[in-house]
Amino acid sequence: MLSVPPWFISEKSRRKEIVMNYLSNHSIKSWLLTTDHKRIGILYMVSITLFFLIGGAAAALMRIELLTPQGDLVTSTTYNKLFTIHGVVMVWFFLIPSIPTVLGNFLVPMMIGARDVAFPRLNLASWYLFMAGGAFALFAIVTGGVDTGWTFYTPYSSTYANGHVIAMAAGIFIAGFGSIATGLNFIVTIHKMRAPGLTWFRLPLFIWTIYTTSLILVLATPVLAITLTLMVLERTFGVGIFNPAMGGDPLLFQHLFWFYSHPAVYIMILPGMGVVSELIPCFTRRPLFGYRFVAYATVAIAVFGFLVWGHHMFVSSQSIYAGMIFSILSFAVSVPSAIKVFNWTVNLYKGSIRFQTPMLYALGFIGLFTIGGLTGLFLAALAVDVHLHDTYFVIAHFHYIMVGGMVMAYLGGLHFWWPKISGKLYPEFLAKLSALFVFGGFNLTFFPQFLLGYLGMPRRYHAYAPEFQALNVLSTAGASILAIGYFLPLAYLLWSLRYGRDAGPNPWQATGLEWTTASPPPMHNFATPPTVNEEAYAYDPVADNEATRRETTHAS
Amino acid sequence: MQADPAVAHQFEDAAQQRDAATLGMWIFLATEVLFFGAMFLGYTVYRIRYPETFLAASNHTLILFGSINTGILLVSSFCMVLAVRAAELRRSLATGGFLALTAVLGIAFLILKGFEYRQEIHEGLLPGAGFHFEGADPRHAEMFFYLYFLMTGVHALHVTIGVCLLGWFSLRALFTSRIERLATSVDLLGLYWHFVDLVWIFLFPLIYLIGRST
Amino acid sequence: MNSVKHYAYVTAGLLGLLLLTIGAAYIHFGPFNTAIAMLISLAKASLIVLFFMHLRTAKPLLRVFACAGFFWLALLFALTLSDYLTR
Repeated sequence: MLSVPPWFISEKSRRKEIVMNYLSNHSIKSWLLTTDHKRIGILYMVSITLFFLIGGAAAALMRIELLTPQGDLVTSTTYNKLFTIHGVVMVWFFLIPSIPTVLGNFLVPMMIGARDVAFPRLNLASWYLFMAGGAFALFAIVTGGVDTGWTFYTPYSSTYANGHVIAMAAGIFIAGFGSIATGLNFIVTIHKMRAPGLTWFRLPLFIWTIYTTSLILVLATPVLAITLTLMVLERTFGVGIFNPAMGGDPLLFQHLFWFYSHPAVYIMILPGMGVVSELIPCFTRRPLFGYRFVAYATVAIAVFGFLVWGHHMFVSSQSIYAGMIFSILSFAVSVPSAIKVFNWTVNLYKGSIRFQTPMLYALGFIGLFTIGGLTGLFLAALAVDVHLHDTYFVIAHFHYIMVGGMVMAYLGGLHFWWPKISGKLYPEFLAKLSALFVFGGFNLTFFPQFLLGYLGMPRRYHAYAPEFQALNVLSTAGASILAIGYFLPLAYLLWSLRYGRDAGPNPWQATGLEWTTASPPPMHNFATPPTVNEEAYAYDPVADNEATRRETTHAS
Repeated sequence: MQADPAVAHQFEDAAQQRDAATLGMWIFLATEVLFFGAMFLGYTVYRIRYPETFLAASNHTLILFGSINTGILLVSSFCMVLAVRAAELRRSLATGGFLALTAVLGIAFLILKGFEYRQEIHEGLLPGAGFHFEGADPRHAEMFFYLYFLMTGVHALHVTIGVCLLGWFSLRALFTSRIERLATSVDLLGLYWHFVDLVWIFLFPLIYLIGRST
Repeated sequence: MNSVKHYAYVTAGLLGLLLLTIGAAYIHFGPFNTAIAMLISLAKASLIVLFFMHLRTAKPLLRVFACAGFFWLALLFALTLSDYLTR
């Protein structure tokens, strides 16, 4: 066998040899027909970023309109369409897919030591369904929009609303099947494809949260699908089961809709909690406090999340007794959420905390999620809800969960795993700056809305009483800071792809199977199937400090 | 690297692959339970609200068609399970034959259902502008018939999808030399077909039988 | 795997239950007519799930997922009816 001496290999081909990984093939076809879970994760990342920009643009227009009490920028109809676009796009085409489809697709097989998900072609089909659904939604937006709000309440949506309700519902329906396929894929993958030795209680908590999220996706989404179908049938044929003219009850739509859409809130927040559960141990250099409690709490949230939907209907004609049941159950769901917050907080105690960018997002998450969760309790109280229902208090509450919680966690996770995904490091200073912008801008945007809601400003109007102006101006100012915070990562992460320093396999000295591969990972993740024989988050603060000390003395 | 070309690269062995596929199918069926379940909930809510009207309206359905169709579906499930068995025994001819028989029974179900729809539409029982009901409470009877057409329609759609898959797989079974590669797929198709049968088993009494003793 | 005879018995049982449920529908039991019909349907469904869908010999995980759909459906029914039955 003739062997080439090492010095003979040109620098270029040597580099080529090193970078043979899942990103190496650059052809468009290789991307559009890929069944590699990592590439599908990237496809989702690009898609949901585009949808985020669309939903964000709608939000920006609304905030500008709300600078003045008069409706001077857009008409009320346009405003209705804007908040519908914002809601539909952000909920179904950004938040619900965000962490599961981007980080989940990328990480689930790697974290459990598998070569891919169980059904790679189905995984690609999910993305195509998602994009087809997105195309329908965009069609509905471009050709005139929908003014029902993202909730599509009947009889307005089924009888009176103008616009492309059917196209919008079709888009959500199709994307929903993509969600179901993704959830199914993750459940089977996590059950059947874990590496030898990787028992359930050795799994990273991110896997636990993706698993429970998938359960919700699989069990709740079909109800949304049939509900939207029923609404569309009623709109098309004029007869339907929500139609009061034939004895139907519009509230049945709300029951069915919220049977999906309240658990959907947990689809949005659980994976965020999973990300935070990965970040906190790594940046405090300690094993996660009360691992089992956090795992059980995850399951408890997923199950209890199905039992509380009626708190969206307290001021409808829902029976007061059902209201009481839903109120009590809503209070109950705060217990497992609080368990998680306490565990993360305890983990900080005596940890050697490193304030790197992902950790800043994680800390932001804990604070904002706590505020969002506690204000949720106000709304779960029957009497208080009568006052606060459909005011800006509700808007502020769920944005603290969804944006303060989920988007912060998504950005934190993205910064944490970006070196793994791209193989590159981003500029740390800019990243910290943008994390501060996001945190500050977010609070300035949404905290005033708690006050506005408490003072009685209703949601979904383009004009308002003049005494609310000062707080609205603050809110809009905050939104512009928030926008900077979102655009900065977009810029420097793209920049890092070309100019960033090489990250190496494990820049954070994190535990977990995904960090044992090269960055970016090779095509089939692991050269040899890994075996696991230790608990998750086997961080050792003492050894860690020792290593750091030795490194610093060595350097000096 | 893989010894067995029938095992996809992400799996260790054929057993893992089959287990994963079966679990996936059961999860899919769980989603179907909730998909149909929401309609059953609608039925329940209005049945509770308008009990007498629902019983009276139920008596306008064609029980002969419904009963024969139930029998057809039950027998088709028998054929299906024999196809699954044949595939596991690696008998391609029997697999293809039983799958085709199941498909034929499915088609028979759909044809009967079509005649039934035709007669009901002829009697003016299709909800909408032309709805006509001889009885005390036509408004709520319309709700019953809306639920009837909706639920049997969605069910018939599932039967149609099943029939197409059955036809396709019976051809594949008849013309393959490697029936063992089809065994898992036939098994999954069987689960789907039995589920469709299952839905009908609950639909049948709720639609055709509830008012017969009044 | 089961024998053809075994499957034939199950099918005969299913057809027998079908005749039973049709017959029972014509006897006046008042509010219990629906309950009886549902019980017979449940029996038929159990036969299909256990023998035709092979859940009787399936791994526990499959049984859990087979029940999961019905469990969550029960939650949907219970809490929605908690509204409709107490208005």
